[in-house]
Amino acid sequence: MPRLKLTVLQIGVGLIFLLLWHVLTVYPITGTAKQVQFFFSTPLDVLKRCWTLFASGEIWGHLWITLVETILAFLIGAGGGIIFGFLFARKELLAAVFDPYIKAANALPRVVLAPIFALWFGLGIWSKVALGFTLVFFIVFFNVYQGVREVSPVVLANARMLGMNERQLLRHVYWPSALTWVFSSLHTSVGFALVGAVVGEYLGSSAGLGYKIHEAESVFDVTGVFAGMLILSIFVILIDMLVTRIENRFLVWRPQTSLAART
Amino acid sequence: MDQATSLAAVALNDVAITFGPKVGGYTAVSGIDLLVRPGEFVAIVGPTGSGKSTILNAAAGLLKPSAGRVRIFGSDLSNLNLRAGYLFQQDALMPWKTALDNVAVALESKGVSRNDALQRARDWLGRVGLSAFVDRYPHMLSGGQRKRVALAQVLIRDPEILLMDEPFGPLDAQTRQIMGNLLLSLWAADRKAEMFVTHDLEEAIALADRVVLMSAGPAAGIIGDFSVELPRPRDIAEVRMEPTFHHIHKEIWASLRVEVQKAYSQGEAT
Repeated sequence: MPRLKLTVLQIGVGLIFLLLWHVLTVYPITGTAKQVQFFFSTPLDVLKRCWTLFASGEIWGHLWITLVETILAFLIGAGGGIIFGFLFARKELLAAVFDPYIKAANALPRVVLAPIFALWFGLGIWSKVALGFTLVFFIVFFNVYQGVREVSPVVLANARMLGMNERQLLRHVYWPSALTWVFSSLHTSVGFALVGAVVGEYLGSSAGLGYKIHEAESVFDVTGVFAGMLILSIFVILIDMLVTRIENRFLVWRPQTSLAART
Repeated sequence: MDQATSLAAVALNDVAITFGPKVGGYTAVSGIDLLVRPGEFVAIVGPTGSGKSTILNAAAGLLKPSAGRVRIFGSDLSNLNLRAGYLFQQDALMPWKTALDNVAVALESKGVSRNDALQRARDWLGRVGLSAFVDRYPHMLSGGQRKRVALAQVLIRDPEILLMDEPFGPLDAQTRQIMGNLLLSLWAADRKAEMFVTHDLEEAIALADRVVLMSAGPAAGIIGDFSVELPRPRDIAEVRMEPTFHHIHKEIWASLRVEVQKAYSQGEAT
């Protein structure tokens, strides 16, 4: 399908949705407009609210906090995942011994940890970073583990026949192979870092997007909730675009077909 | 150790290789005695499943023989055979490195500085006819081009022994001929000891000084050793027209055909 036609259709779907929303809330089928708008707000109100949030400069601080939490959670989680993934993949015994514990830890719904982290790390950013960490760590860990274990045996045998020692194998074979897997899960793990941050804020904090949404919810300010959600999803899309650019830069060696399928 | 063995680049002495448990495992080859002298081009031919690659892997140190001895220039092989270069049948290039980096890294592992390695890698890629493709990643190259990169990767280390496992198997007929001639011209420059595994008898005769024939597996052994008295330098396509070529081909094929039939009937039985 031509690019232009696709874009027009994509925008069309959004516009129809907004139009329906607008019409149904301004000219309600049952009840008064005021009642319906209490529950569903209107698209214009939501946009207006977004505008005031940005114009007054109020939202920037919250966005910044959420961004910092997301980045820290991702970096620490990915770093830990990479180190432990490598370690476990290279040391069979370690992997075998810790296997049930890792499975158990990963099976735990992270939300239940949020209050504990709030208790341990306070209501500042670190309890949110910790929550994001527990989400990111396992994704990266499993991917690196897999990546190191699934190095093509022929590539490995060839590298060994080329005289590479263990350190060189790590650098030229295992690491790039694991990196492919890390990048293939990058969208998921960055997304989870953000989920950790927002959920953490939602459950207890004094700043961030999650806090803004929670604040609006607690006073039944539906417009505020929707505005927060809208800003959050645009924020996610922007981060995702950035991730795609980083990914394309690092994985230039990958065949185009898989790149095209991904983006 | 007799003198022939101590002088040989590769000496296999009553080698057997069993996969799986010692008792009840699958014995791929047994009773292999093979000498490859320095400067000699030996082709190993046999039907599918005759353990050709197995003995190559034993010479490379990638497989440990269950019985017998493998000696490289007279000394027992205990680990990887780093005096040998190995050209694999499958794609063995690192997909995340460009052609240039793939070749250069083969020198860097020897302790050559990065700049030196890059310069010599460029030179080697030129020798295999890929000057214009140095910055391509493997997936951007054709099968034949990837083989050329792999060949440069092996030869840049200047190994004393070359081990090749059906390296041109996946290529089309024309590319195989071109690659065969390229290999011969590069090999003729300094005549390393070479073990070349193939199932293609014509390729074997066209390339080699000696053709070693393997029987059908399991427990395959060497059942023939033919020397190829064809003058060098050779052209892979033209040498096939020579009467001597036909004569040798006929002689070896008579034995090979029996083994191929055996291998096929086994394949159908199982």
